Amino acid sequence: MPELGRAALVVCFGLAVYAVVAGFWGAHTRRRRLSRSAQNALVAAFVCTIVASVVLFVALARSDFSFTYVAQHTSRELPTPYKLASFWGGQEGSLLFWLLVLTGYSTAAVLLDRKAGRELVVWVVPVLGIVAAFFSMLVVFVASPFRTQLAPLNGAGLNSSLQSPYFQIHPPLLYLGYVGLTVPFAFAMGAMLSGRTDERWIVATRRWTLAAWMFLGIGQLLGAKWAYEEVGWGGYYAWDPVENAALMPWLAATAFLHSVMVQEKKGMLKVWNMLLVMLAFSLSLFGTFLTRSGVLNSIHSFTEGSIGPWFLGFICFVVASSMALLFTRLPLLRSKTKLESLVSRKATFLYNNLLLVALCLTILWGVTFPILSEAVRGEAVTVGRPYYNFFLRSFGLPLLLLMGIGPLIAWRRASLSSLKRVFFWPTAFAFAIGVMLIALGAGSSIPGLIAYTFSAFVAATIVLEFVRGTAARRTLSGEPVPRAFASLVARNRRRYGGYIVHAAIVLLAIGIAGSSAYNTSRSARLGPGQSLKVRNYTLVYRGVSSARTSNAIEQRATIDVYRGGNRIAVMHPGKNDYPVEQQISNEVSIRSDWLTGEDLFLITEQINGNGTIDFKAIINPLVNMIWLAGLVFLLGSVITLWPDAREERRLAIRYGRLAPEASA
Amino acid sequence: MLAAALVIGALLAVAAVWFVARPFLSRSDEAPAAEPPPERLALEEERDRALAALKELEFDHRTGKISDEDYRGMVGELRRQAADALKALDPEGR
Repeated sequence: MPELGRAALVVCFGLAVYAVVAGFWGAHTRRRRLSRSAQNALVAAFVCTIVASVVLFVALARSDFSFTYVAQHTSRELPTPYKLASFWGGQEGSLLFWLLVLTGYSTAAVLLDRKAGRELVVWVVPVLGIVAAFFSMLVVFVASPFRTQLAPLNGAGLNSSLQSPYFQIHPPLLYLGYVGLTVPFAFAMGAMLSGRTDERWIVATRRWTLAAWMFLGIGQLLGAKWAYEEVGWGGYYAWDPVENAALMPWLAATAFLHSVMVQEKKGMLKVWNMLLVMLAFSLSLFGTFLTRSGVLNSIHSFTEGSIGPWFLGFICFVVASSMALLFTRLPLLRSKTKLESLVSRKATFLYNNLLLVALCLTILWGVTFPILSEAVRGEAVTVGRPYYNFFLRSFGLPLLLLMGIGPLIAWRRASLSSLKRVFFWPTAFAFAIGVMLIALGAGSSIPGLIAYTFSAFVAATIVLEFVRGTAARRTLSGEPVPRAFASLVARNRRRYGGYIVHAAIVLLAIGIAGSSAYNTSRSARLGPGQSLKVRNYTLVYRGVSSARTSNAIEQRATIDVYRGGNRIAVMHPGKNDYPVEQQISNEVSIRSDWLTGEDLFLITEQINGNGTIDFKAIINPLVNMIWLAGLVFLLGSVITLWPDAREERRLAIRYGRLAPEASA
Repeated sequence: MLAAALVIGALLAVAAVWFVARPFLSRSDEAPAAEPPPERLALEEERDRALAALKELEFDHRTGKISDEDYRGMVGELRRQAADALKALDPEGR
């Protein structure tokens, strides 16, 4: 039923355009009914997008190759979960998915945040409508997932590197992150359009920003795990333009989540916060543009389409119009207060913001450099890993240190004697760890040693914060320790959830430093019975076997792994041959040691006709800390996101939604 | 199949138009709750900030990040700010 999908999208486009026109006109003329009608249009657009999405899902599940999209991205042999996930595997489907998530978020934000104030929300609706109108225009006129053709006998199949369980979760999470940043952007624009630049837009979007940031963070980590297990080069992050495209809005959103606290506590940085929201949203559009336009060479460039100029035009429109609006509203955004001291937590938030934005912009420069160099010199010059690594160390290590310094300093200002007292134990602990690491031989990598020492410092401050906070709570309430700890976290979810996120970043830093600065790699051609020694492992190659699955021929080498004379594992790295897609993929074999956090990573680079194999073994120390960081990050984010009834009540009273006595 | 799709599509369009037009069709047009004026909102934000800063200072002091001397130097100023914010909100002191 492609006609139904097409009709639903046309109606959706009409509704989005209506939401823009009626929304702006209703807000401008203060016509309540017109504004409510525009809100309803956004909700109806969501329903239409659901209908269109169901049509595509059904076509994918039934292998209806009369849909060009289904024929281009699936085959009869493809397992059903991959068929369904192909929804976001190609350009047209992923744009429809963007629209689905966007209209879903818009509906939820408008309905849930109605309480944020009518004067603000009526201006938010047309802004959300503009973004929805752009994406629905793309799927109706430029890249329709409902184009039809004479059905071929079989489809072209799905790119082999997408045939991974991570394909079912990594792209949707990234999209939830990218698209989620539309909500804070729309509220920021709504605040400026309405002239209501008080804190309401921040209060209304706090949770949306956190959710988008969490999805983007988890999505990237899952992407890294996917790359690690699927791409088969032993690493997890290659500074690929599309990977960077997801990292940049995350960094901008991280900066925003910190600086917004300064606005809440001191009424400062109003312009800066607006700029960060605009930057995060523009970068999320830029990320989608990079992924889908094919403008840069990337391992993610599965499709090259015609949407590039449209996206570029829309990004220019978003940046130009939001900057123009910001300039006209500058008088409303002036701060009355100034920074009291350069040695305060507020100041560390500022430094952290500068470093995050600097890192974000240097990555942006690296990503756009090939495009710019091609435009200027006619030749695309790519900046490589050394460029990114240099800036990661230059900005990332001070950021790591600041994560430890910030929580130890008081909000307003701190005297030297207080600083000496609170810094003593974390500094002593970090120093002791540094010395111990040098003694253990970790001095072979200076950045690695610095990263570990700083990580120890941050870990110590986090533990101290929990200990001191629990003790203070206990003194105040007389509660036993576990209860005092629980109520400390429950009463300050943002702060202590944030510290748990910091702990996740420490684990991430340890994992990255360990696996990149101290890894070992060996390559060899082995015949059956021959062995290779890598550090304390001996790998003995036994032979190759072959098996046929529904959509691939799987060849697997058998490698016996010995340590200290004992066989500890049998590993099976190999290759998959996908006949329909005419592609061959590397299927790595990984043995994780959760006690040490180390991975033994085996790659079959070549299976030769004479029974020998060319294979590579890598030992990645502490790499599993990265995946553990993901779980800790999720825990911290959920704690931070969890609603706080007391806070909600306080804000409801402030914004006149609840009489003060009702809170008693 | 084509006819069914077109019928469903048309129904979807009609339902969407009805839903969008609903605010105009409804007789009741209840006025939304009055929003506080921006000046009052600014004062309330100021009050909440002052009270939060006071609470933060107490916590920083109790967790040892601020010495007794620094605390005594800062608490007076913050209390004054909080009192000013409360007074600005309710000048008659009701």
